[in-house]
Amino acid sequence: MGPQEFAYLLQGLAWTLVLTAMGFVGGIAFGVIVALMRVSSVTWIRLIAIGWIGLFQGTPLLMQLFVAYFGLPLLGFNLPAWAAVGIALTAHASAFLGDIWRGAIQAVPRGQTEAAMALGLHTRSLMIDVIMPQAFKLSLPATVGFLVQLLKGTSLAAIVGFIELTRAGSIVSNQIYRPLLVFGVVGAMYFAMCWPLSLWGRNIERRMSAGVSR
Amino acid sequence: MTLDFSVVTDAWQSLAFGALGTLFLAIAGMSIATVIGVLGVAILRAQMRVPSFLVTAFVEVIRNTPFLVQIYFIFFALPLAGVRLNPTITAILALGLNGGAYAIEIIRGGVESIPTGQTEAGLALGLHKHEVFRFIVLKPAIRAIYPSLSSQFILLTLTTSICTSISAYELTSVGQRIEAETFRSFETYFTLTGIYLVISLATMWLLAEIGRRAFNYPQR
Repeated sequence: MGPQEFAYLLQGLAWTLVLTAMGFVGGIAFGVIVALMRVSSVTWIRLIAIGWIGLFQGTPLLMQLFVAYFGLPLLGFNLPAWAAVGIALTAHASAFLGDIWRGAIQAVPRGQTEAAMALGLHTRSLMIDVIMPQAFKLSLPATVGFLVQLLKGTSLAAIVGFIELTRAGSIVSNQIYRPLLVFGVVGAMYFAMCWPLSLWGRNIERRMSAGVSR
Repeated sequence: MTLDFSVVTDAWQSLAFGALGTLFLAIAGMSIATVIGVLGVAILRAQMRVPSFLVTAFVEVIRNTPFLVQIYFIFFALPLAGVRLNPTITAILALGLNGGAYAIEIIRGGVESIPTGQTEAGLALGLHKHEVFRFIVLKPAIRAIYPSLSSQFILLTLTTSICTSISAYELTSVGQRIEAETFRSFETYFTLTGIYLVISLATMWLLAEIGRRAFNYPQR
């Protein structure tokens, strides 16, 4: 594998990072909405969120990518491949992050809500100033864990035909007939991105559980 | 925009067989994964340096690389090692290895959750070593990890769709064949998504039901 092929892989890696960032940033924005809808006291709003989460957790990410990739143009959106993949990853991430944060919001002790209401805070302030900052801290390990999932998940864009790291690997491998070397390098690149994140997530988790179980 | 689902409904038989293929991959993969999980935990608990390191390295590498890259790697590595397997068997192997890494983590957590005092109490009550293991270590440990193992099984079922990349026999590859013949991409994948949803909801319900019946004795 020459420098040219390596540069091609790095270009794919850059796209992997772009896709991950799109999915994660979009997922955070919509995931907050999904989480808040999921804990809403209005039944039909809660049901929509439950359905949304179940839909994305109960189907393969690959199908979600395919449906977005072929379905969005049918709805009249003529999108480039990266945008279709980005939208699918965003929707996927919003459901998973929404569920993670739903758990975190419900894990904040009930007394916190009661105390905030006793102090006369509005629902809005109760959520933003009291519950969400604590929930954010609680959810951090799972959120980082999902970021790793998402980063690995972007590799499925390769099957749709989008040239990110894995697809770049397939192309290079077909050119130089050294699949083990190429996929070994590709795997190492993913590992180099995911492993530090995993360690970081585990670290936060350990620090938090140390605080809880004195 | 005109949608035509007839091409998909016409192929319902191939889709049904594809769904069976998916279930077969998932069950076979999960079986291998469970074996790897138990072996891995046994090795970790033996606390020998090199084997423990190898197991930990295996878990970390599998968990921090995409399944698609793993399956490609195995698909190309086996022939070079002189092993010729059909894609479906290769896929089962890849699913088993991938699931195995997660199973090790889950089972280790379950075994560690059983306090040693419980084993000692069992022995003090005059139970045989095997009885202690079976009723006092194994059953509560399985109960503790059953929910995580269940969701791992659902995840593995969904992961089987990726095996289409090496043309293993399962639902997605059947769908891709239908798509190639009819050019009805959206209809095909929309239907597949629905089938996957039904499969995972049914599996979830079934596993919860089994869990309810098998582990219904009081917690404390």
